[in-house]
Amino acid sequence: MKPLRSIALISILLAAFAAGPARAGVDPLPFANRDEEVRFQNLTRQLRCLVCQNESLNDSSAPLAADLRRDVFEQMRDGRSDEEIKDWLTARYGDFVLYDPPLRGGTWLLWFGPLALLGIGAIAVAVTVRRRSRIANAASATCAPPDSGDDW
Amino acid sequence: MNARLLPLLGFAAILALLGFGIWWNQHHDPRAVPSPLIGKPAPTFSLPVLSDPSRVFGSEDLAGKPYLLNVFASWCFACRDEHPLLMREGKRLGVPLVGFNYKDEPGDAREWLSRYGDPYHVVIADFPGDVAIDFGVTGAPETFLVDAKGVIRWKYISPITPEVLTGELLPRIAALQTEAP
Repeated sequence: MKPLRSIALISILLAAFAAGPARAGVDPLPFANRDEEVRFQNLTRQLRCLVCQNESLNDSSAPLAADLRRDVFEQMRDGRSDEEIKDWLTARYGDFVLYDPPLRGGTWLLWFGPLALLGIGAIAVAVTVRRRSRIANAASATCAPPDSGDDW
Repeated sequence: MNARLLPLLGFAAILALLGFGIWWNQHHDPRAVPSPLIGKPAPTFSLPVLSDPSRVFGSEDLAGKPYLLNVFASWCFACRDEHPLLMREGKRLGVPLVGFNYKDEPGDAREWLSRYGDPYHVVIADFPGDVAIDFGVTGAPETFLVDAKGVIRWKYISPITPEVLTGELLPRIAALQTEAP
């Protein structure tokens, strides 16, 4: 009884994973070959759905995403490059449609902000360590009683 | 400066940053997609008229005068919220209000308009949604103000409220009318 039940449970779970949200609303497109499909998948994964904004164009089942996938596909068929297709989309929806924002005036803080914070942190650590070692050296030279640990 | 105050200052700085984050998120819509089309010419289009699909209506018919394009659909709940305001103010905006029926069954859209009223000068139907993509439409309702030269001057996502109408839209329409020849 027990093993049977767990087998049933596992198969239900497997079925849920296989049929579940994976390809929920994604319409089949008539890809000519595997390369074309891979290129399409790669490109649409870099693009953001404007409706369900936490989903890529590749995953989303929103009607607008389906329309945009169709447009992307048709443009690929027309021989447009990935860059041209991205430009076509950003002309309509702005940088918002790209998961990878381009480096330009308005986005330098986004690109270099974390690095700047890391730098500030490194300077703070260096200064603190320097000062503490100087205090420790001074303390050992004058044979003062050990630090009570009061100081932060 | 007393070194003991440093952690407190650091904490205060982080607190200020978090506070700003909360304030910022309450004062702007993080989901709003800023349109790159503002200040650019509106796309040219030609679409069937909802009430008579054999007729087409497009940017050529609208050339030379400012107009307000309102994207709506019968499946759009927020459009119901916006609708009474359009019914009340639509005819006295000073510019024609063009209805843009987005990805809607024509029958559903006609029934919706006959039930709740039709505030529009004309309603065009974009069932495939291609023109909507050219306009950078992400959903409904959305509203575009286009000037006499066919340039998109303003875009608003989500239902127009009385505050938006008096605070943003009407002043912009008034400005368009003074700059018009």
